[in-house]
Amino acid sequence: MLETASPLYDDLIPGGSHWSFIMRRGHVLRLIDETGHANVGMLMYNPENPLERYNMPDTLKNQHTFKLTRGHVLLSDMGRVFASIIRDDLGWHDTVSGTCNAELVAHRWGRKTYQQAHNQYHRNGLSSFLNELAKYGLGKKDLTANLNWFSRVKTDDAGNMTYVSDHSHAGATVDLRFEMDTIVVLHTCPHPLDSAADYPSHPLRYQLFRASPVTDADPCKTSSPEATRAFANTALYHLMP
Amino acid sequence: MIKESALNPETASFRETVPAGEYFLKVVQAGETLRILDLEGNQAADTLFYNAHNPTERYSVTDTLRAQGNVYLTAGSRLMSSENNVMLEITADTCGRHDTLGGACAAESNTTRYALEKKCMHACRDSWLVAVTEHEELGMTKRDITHNINFFMNVPVTADGGLTFADGISDAGKYVEMEARMDVLVMISNCPQLNNPCNGWNPTPIEVLVWS
Ligand SMILES: [Zn+2]
Repeated sequence: MLETASPLYDDLIPGGSHWSFIMRRGHVLRLIDETGHANVGMLMYNPENPLERYNMPDTLKNQHTFKLTRGHVLLSDMGRVFASIIRDDLGWHDTVSGTCNAELVAHRWGRKTYQQAHNQYHRNGLSSFLNELAKYGLGKKDLTANLNWFSRVKTDDAGNMTYVSDHSHAGATVDLRFEMDTIVVLHTCPHPLDSAADYPSHPLRYQLFRASPVTDADPCKTSSPEATRAFANTALYHLMP
Repeated sequence: MIKESALNPETASFRETVPAGEYFLKVVQAGETLRILDLEGNQAADTLFYNAHNPTERYSVTDTLRAQGNVYLTAGSRLMSSENNVMLEITADTCGRHDTLGGACAAESNTTRYALEKKCMHACRDSWLVAVTEHEELGMTKRDITHNINFFMNVPVTADGGLTFADGISDAGKYVEMEARMDVLVMISNCPQLNNPCNGWNPTPIEVLVWS
């Protein structure tokens, strides 16, 4: 699935931080939980028209799933595929719990200002997203339900949600193959349901690879009739530049 | 949770029937009660809420799920905004469960869910896009169309992480009622979906009532 064995780029984002970049189609973004217990909040937009954005409901209902794992595709609200999950070591990633905000972080882990703690101050996911979105002329109106990589939130028959605190481990890896150019906005702030005693600050290692061409037998493309049709929409988009 | 209302429709200050495929737009003031009534059964009322004074603050599915620690909505659920404020609280519900994970139908999602050729069929997002373009004074665009509540829809989540679309648990005459905790703009698309067996391929009208 990867055309190159060694990464084209390799970087580490500290815990409790935020970053963004544009992924080009035909490339793989590898996310690695460097130390274990990571949470990576992510949003996705089309750089050509940022009104096209990651859509949690469409992603879940098209694939009849509440969790995300290998074989699933991440859909835009325009019926197209931003990225395919081509590798996943964990079997479950959350996309319904949203992100922590300043109030939640201060309530659970205390307020640590920049003056006190410099770059170890307590950032929150919502402000982090808004900080990165502003770099593309985007803002509060562009926020949608985000992905929470490496995090698992399960439910019981009554719909009660439980955060699974020991879900991810050091080295756990997710590979996302991008099928469209995509603005990727991410943060390494805590999952909003994490009840750890200390502010969870876990880094993300990410690497870029060139992807092998997507064949008609590709497992993500054929995983469901819905995914096959989303790939057809994406192919049409690239046919009509 | 089934909880009946003590309010009498005869005393409502506002009543309007919304046909399938139409949108509904109204400001409900803090303290007023809004009822959405499923007139003929198994209809989906796809609903968005905004702070009436600042539509940048809007209903947030993720903040709502987190605040109540549960993926279904019913009596007692507090509907949270993107700024983590309570917008409305569900005070009565004769249906028992409402979905907020499944989102709304759109022309484009109809192509993936049903068939590529379905792209020109009328969908909920079309109704909302018409609503915001016909009401320029709101200053809203597609940017403001976010994740919604599907009143009367049943979308069960399984313990192993599956998402299923069960037959409707609503019926003719069932309703959900909520009290506004801030002045809210209510924007409903009464779903025109012709491809989903949940409504028996028959979209039907709803009624909206408000008590001041
Ligand atoms: Zn609809």
